[in-house]
Amino acid sequence: MKILVCMKQVPQKDAPLKLNETGAWIREDVSYEVNEPDAYALEEALRQREKHKGEVVVITSGPARAQQVLREALAKGADRAIHLEDPKFVGLDAFNTAKAFAAAIKDESFDLIFTGLQSDDYGYAQTGVILAELLGWPHATIIMQIEKTDGGIRVKRELEAGYFQFVDMPMPAVLTIQSGINKLRYATLIGIKQAKNKPLRKVALSDVQSAIGENLQKIERLYVPQKTKKTEHIEGSAGEIAKKVVDKLRNELRVL
Amino acid sequence: MADSILVVVEQREGKLNRVSWETITAGQAIASATGWTLEAAVVGGRAASIAAEVAAKKVAKVYAVESPKLEPYTPDAFAAALKQFLTAKQPKLVLMPHTYQVRDFVPKLATAMGRTVISDCIGFKNEGGKLVFTRQMFQGKLAADVSFTSDAPWFATFQNGAFRGDKAEAGAGAAPVETVSVEIADGVIRNQPQEVFKEAKQAVDLTQAEIIVAVGRGIKEQKNIEIAKQLADALGGDLAASRPICDSGWLPMDRQIGSSGQTVAPKLYLALGISGAIQHIVGMKGSRAIIAVNKDSEAPIFEIADYAIVGNLFDIVPALIEEVKKAKAGG
Repeated sequence: MKILVCMKQVPQKDAPLKLNETGAWIREDVSYEVNEPDAYALEEALRQREKHKGEVVVITSGPARAQQVLREALAKGADRAIHLEDPKFVGLDAFNTAKAFAAAIKDESFDLIFTGLQSDDYGYAQTGVILAELLGWPHATIIMQIEKTDGGIRVKRELEAGYFQFVDMPMPAVLTIQSGINKLRYATLIGIKQAKNKPLRKVALSDVQSAIGENLQKIERLYVPQKTKKTEHIEGSAGEIAKKVVDKLRNELRVL
Repeated sequence: MADSILVVVEQREGKLNRVSWETITAGQAIASATGWTLEAAVVGGRAASIAAEVAAKKVAKVYAVESPKLEPYTPDAFAAALKQFLTAKQPKLVLMPHTYQVRDFVPKLATAMGRTVISDCIGFKNEGGKLVFTRQMFQGKLAADVSFTSDAPWFATFQNGAFRGDKAEAGAGAAPVETVSVEIADGVIRNQPQEVFKEAKQAVDLTQAEIIVAVGRGIKEQKNIEIAKQLADALGGDLAASRPICDSGWLPMDRQIGSSGQTVAPKLYLALGISGAIQHIVGMKGSRAIIAVNKDSEAPIFEIADYAIVGNLFDIVPALIEEVKKAKAGG
């Protein structure tokens, strides 16, 4: 099975964010990490390859720093990587990002494409499904299990409120992967060493420019959300905080 | 023709998903801000009875978009049906709730029409005739106002809880219902869905709990869950968790709060080391009181907390257990 995993580099979960001078994006001098659901998507691809043989290719878009995500994936066992390298890729909407990916892989033939179910930065939850439509492939979202069948694959979709559903579908297909589908592995020392010699293809913005157009949506401004709730801060030593909380529980919330 | 807003309500197996009322409320608010006409549509194999239910609300018209091929739900059939309907109807704006089902087909539908979706919105603004939609970014740390730069129809989805479903205005009389049959060609549907099922009988029903102590990543290790359990026991409450804790197997899945778990509204929700990702917040923001403990003062959980404690939970929780025990003993 030949599987492409779309991965994204996002600001670390507890990184303090500041707006840049445009007011429509953040200052990029923060710490980054791999988008969490994408890590599960990669792990699932590696497990499928271990079962069925084949190849795992990872792809990302973004400035030079984004290569770190690919290096980590190669160290964990991906076979090769594709980097759409340009700072401008960060500003593309989901439609154009999917178009850029489709253009970058036009000479490849994958059986499956995995993405995380959404990103921790934009949170669109769209790029994978858009890519499927651009390629003319079927898709399924929020996947918790993948089994190869005679005619294709059987996947387990997570629905809301604890419900699930199995779906039979043909390949090639795009699947968006839910966190928790598997247990993540760590990169080994030997893996990290081998990653240095694995192929990494760079794709410039100019290589895919003709495939992408103007963004269909635009961030007018970014800001710290206004609080709708009045929050009272409880401060002091641990002991003092505990006393104050118990007082609130008893006298204001009346749950003690 | 005048500009119109179309709300596509969600139905599953012949039942209206209640979150659809929130989208109707949103549609009514945008209609009153823009002067555009509000209409609604139900898509499915048996859409007519739900269409009648929706027609009681203040909407100009309700469409029942029907085909036997829309049952059971598949993204292929829903996108094909709505593309056909919307291409003929040409509304200016199409609104849907940001449910798992909508997430599954709406990006495909918009792409097939060469359009875009502003997803998971929490509000809108009419800025001198220009509509902008507010959505959370970076897990709720920042908000963005987003506009459409493409031609209509524009698609937007609203986050669960962004509008009040019980505020959906009733109409003076029942709105007319029009049944629209759509043709879905053979071969369009590629996925074969099986029956919907529940994994196991939910052992724990947190929806009835009065006090919930919930843990997130900040608890760091499985063995530390114990102090949260002790606090829950001291308070006479139930233990719950955010998704990553259940993903790691530290607590069973039936203790998960959030969009993929349970939705709760206890008298007290004590969040320990939970950053407050949107997916968690939608499951607990209805709580009467929220106390949050987190070391990161910028954690989004503090945006919705009534009481914020910025600090190390490993210092605070043991002290709190002691105080609660003392208080219960009559101290």
